[in-house]
Amino acid sequence: MTLAGITKRYGGVTALDDVDFACSLGSVHAVLGENGAGKSTLIKIMSGVVQPDAGVMTLDGRPVSFARPSDANDAGIVCIFQELSLMPDLTVADNISIADPPRRFGLIDRRAQHRRAEQLLARIGCEDVNPLLRVRDLPLSRRQMVEIAKALAKDPTVLILDEATSALTSADVDRVFDILRGLRDDGIAIITISHRMHEIEAIADECSVFRNGRHIDTFAQGSKSEAEIVQMMIGREISAHFPPRPPPKPPEALETALDVAGLSWEDRLSAIDLSLHKGEIVGLGGLDGQGQKELLLGLFGVLKGVTGEIKVAGKPVRLAAPADAKKAGIDMALIPEDRKTEGLLLPMSIADNLVISSLGALANGILVDRKALQQAVADGIDRMQIKVGAPDDPVSTLSGGNQQKVVIAKWLMTDPAVILLNDPTRGIDVGTKQEIYRLLRDLAEAGAAILFYSTDYEELIGCCDRVAVMYDGRIVNELRGDDITEHNIISSALNISEGTAPEAAS
Amino acid sequence: MENLQIRLRQNAGILTAIGIFVLFYVFYNFNHPRGFAPAIFIQNSNEVFTLAMVAMAQTMAVLLGGLDLSVGAIMTLVNCLASYLLVGSPLQIILGFIVCMAAGAACGFLNGCIVVYGRIQPIIATLATGAIFIGIALFLRPSPGGNVDDDLSWVMTNDLYEIAATYGFFDDGEAAWFQPIAWFPVPLLLIILIAVLVWVPFSRSVTGRTVYAIGSGEGAAYMSGLAINRAKIAAFTLGGFFAGLGGIYLTLQTSSGNADIPQAGAYTLNSIAAVVIGGTSLLGGIGSAIGSIFGALILRTISFNFRIFEIDPLMQPLFEGVVLLAAVSLGAIRVLRVKNTLDLFR
Repeated sequence: MTLAGITKRYGGVTALDDVDFACSLGSVHAVLGENGAGKSTLIKIMSGVVQPDAGVMTLDGRPVSFARPSDANDAGIVCIFQELSLMPDLTVADNISIADPPRRFGLIDRRAQHRRAEQLLARIGCEDVNPLLRVRDLPLSRRQMVEIAKALAKDPTVLILDEATSALTSADVDRVFDILRGLRDDGIAIITISHRMHEIEAIADECSVFRNGRHIDTFAQGSKSEAEIVQMMIGREISAHFPPRPPPKPPEALETALDVAGLSWEDRLSAIDLSLHKGEIVGLGGLDGQGQKELLLGLFGVLKGVTGEIKVAGKPVRLAAPADAKKAGIDMALIPEDRKTEGLLLPMSIADNLVISSLGALANGILVDRKALQQAVADGIDRMQIKVGAPDDPVSTLSGGNQQKVVIAKWLMTDPAVILLNDPTRGIDVGTKQEIYRLLRDLAEAGAAILFYSTDYEELIGCCDRVAVMYDGRIVNELRGDDITEHNIISSALNISEGTAPEAAS
Repeated sequence: MENLQIRLRQNAGILTAIGIFVLFYVFYNFNHPRGFAPAIFIQNSNEVFTLAMVAMAQTMAVLLGGLDLSVGAIMTLVNCLASYLLVGSPLQIILGFIVCMAAGAACGFLNGCIVVYGRIQPIIATLATGAIFIGIALFLRPSPGGNVDDDLSWVMTNDLYEIAATYGFFDDGEAAWFQPIAWFPVPLLLIILIAVLVWVPFSRSVTGRTVYAIGSGEGAAYMSGLAINRAKIAAFTLGGFFAGLGGIYLTLQTSSGNADIPQAGAYTLNSIAAVVIGGTSLLGGIGSAIGSIFGALILRTISFNFRIFEIDPLMQPLFEGVVLLAAVSLGAIRVLRVKNTLDLFR
């Protein structure tokens, strides 16, 4: 498949500028680039979601144009989108076969559909997912596997993955890569977008770098170093990946911000003991789905029936809702898992989203002080360096990384003392990731206590002063300082007691 | 075993509706002086049919995540039309049936086209078309009246025996094999036939599946390469067809056409109540027209109970509202069991 001279403009913004791109059957082609570099637009054009303003697309030597996604599907181009394309109220089996279900007498043959779903799920090693379940009831990582099964069901000749591995556990990623290699060897062209460099190293044959809507270069994977690639992507030199970690403070200088004792909830959390100190970044590690998300939600007052004790600044608190967690004196903030549904009010403006959690502070009696509001919005945009056209544009017009910045800026406006983050860098480009790491360290140095869940071990190692590793709803190990290594995190995550012996929680 | 559990959990709404209906209906028959008699059964079936059809019509729009405010109006329009057409020779009557059904479907088709091509929210599009349909109905029948074939009206509102006796099937209905089923009310049989022959195939077709997909997530459905517009138009057309069937039956039941505006409004509102009681989510994507049939049955059974307890007619709306609220609240019980409050908003 080749694209020649493709240009796409949104209003006054040129998303793609005279781009040439080619991918060949039997190879894996990685597309790299920062936020807003034009990667998403490129695959949207290839999969028929948007139409180019200029340029020619050819498939197998024949010029093609797609008016809608189903046209591209019919031509054998299947895309796994970053924003999941699953229908939450339909079952897994329905979703997998949605476009072309097996039929008998013109009606959907549910038994055949069930078998097909089972086969496809088994192929990607997801036998644990019951095809009868509604997608809504699956955790995010399983949903993404269902999404991959759905794409495979369409028998693609060109398979596009847009951050399709971002929510997967590393075991799932390995399995998906094995399948992708198999597909490649069967002669399928695979295009993948990922922000995880080691994944690209593991799977890609060729790489193309995009920047500001232009195609910068295409080269064979391995012919350029990671540093060179990153420099091509951002067009500037970056000094260090992670900000330096300050030396650990002596125990007597530590001031406890949040103290959790014996926290339990349903069968997902059992007897969690954890303290956060001011000025400290504590990581939550472990395999996906070991209770990390529930712990964050439990601390933020979202879960009902939590037992155990939560102390904020030494005072025991009872939180029945996020509104309680936000109150003065408790001052918690949670950057949620899914920014589209839990972080942002998508149709509302950037300005409205920024101030939505701190309206109380901006109110003058019962009315919101417009001047203070505008000032707060300007400060927030400035502080996070959010790239916006106008603050009154809908927040949905921003790229993923800038949307996440809006979510973070929104909570920073409440001046939180305890900041909980649920995988905040998922599906975000390298540049923004680094800004977030820098920000977290700055916030910690300014006295905030940070609890940071990440599926990316590198982040935990690079960012955190301490890492609490969870397994089956418990904290099985706490690593600190130089003990935070990939080896130690993984062995704790698998609950193998080697390396450092489990210490008692402080 | 696990699969059975999942199925039960996913169909909790409709199962609750069936349970409530059985409870209410048995209670009604116990308290009725002539309870559990075929005559009561037939009378109740007659009173249920039209609302059941209108509720099925409403289900189509609700599954898409919208509301159809024109179902009562379509019913009324077809009612007025049928009051002219269901007389004459057998051929004329059959032709009349076809025209009436086509008229209902055409009204729904119009709704669908406006929603799809005009990109107007279903609730407001159907508010407008509903007024238009009522206007046409008033034009057809400025004052109540009309004429319907007497035999037809008689057999359609009776049991199977009367069909056989009137038209001379099965030894005038006296054939021995026929007796075990001769007592079965015609309208109830028709509801079952319509559900099994129209709704079930639709829900298992690709178009039907697309309707659910749209209600669950229109963006995802579009990105999955589904024919969104066709499915929406099909859903509204089928809705109009169901509402038209309700109108035809109303004509047979009353032997007349009546462009009764309050009645059209009442049917529309009751249809929404029936859909919700039947376990269909107002957000779309979850539910079924069969659930709505049970919703309609529950609503009607509530009024049956009022009759035997001789509650003052002036008090009935009040009681109906309270019972309705209680019935709908049953469906909300799951909220008490939700431990992750974030799930409430998903």
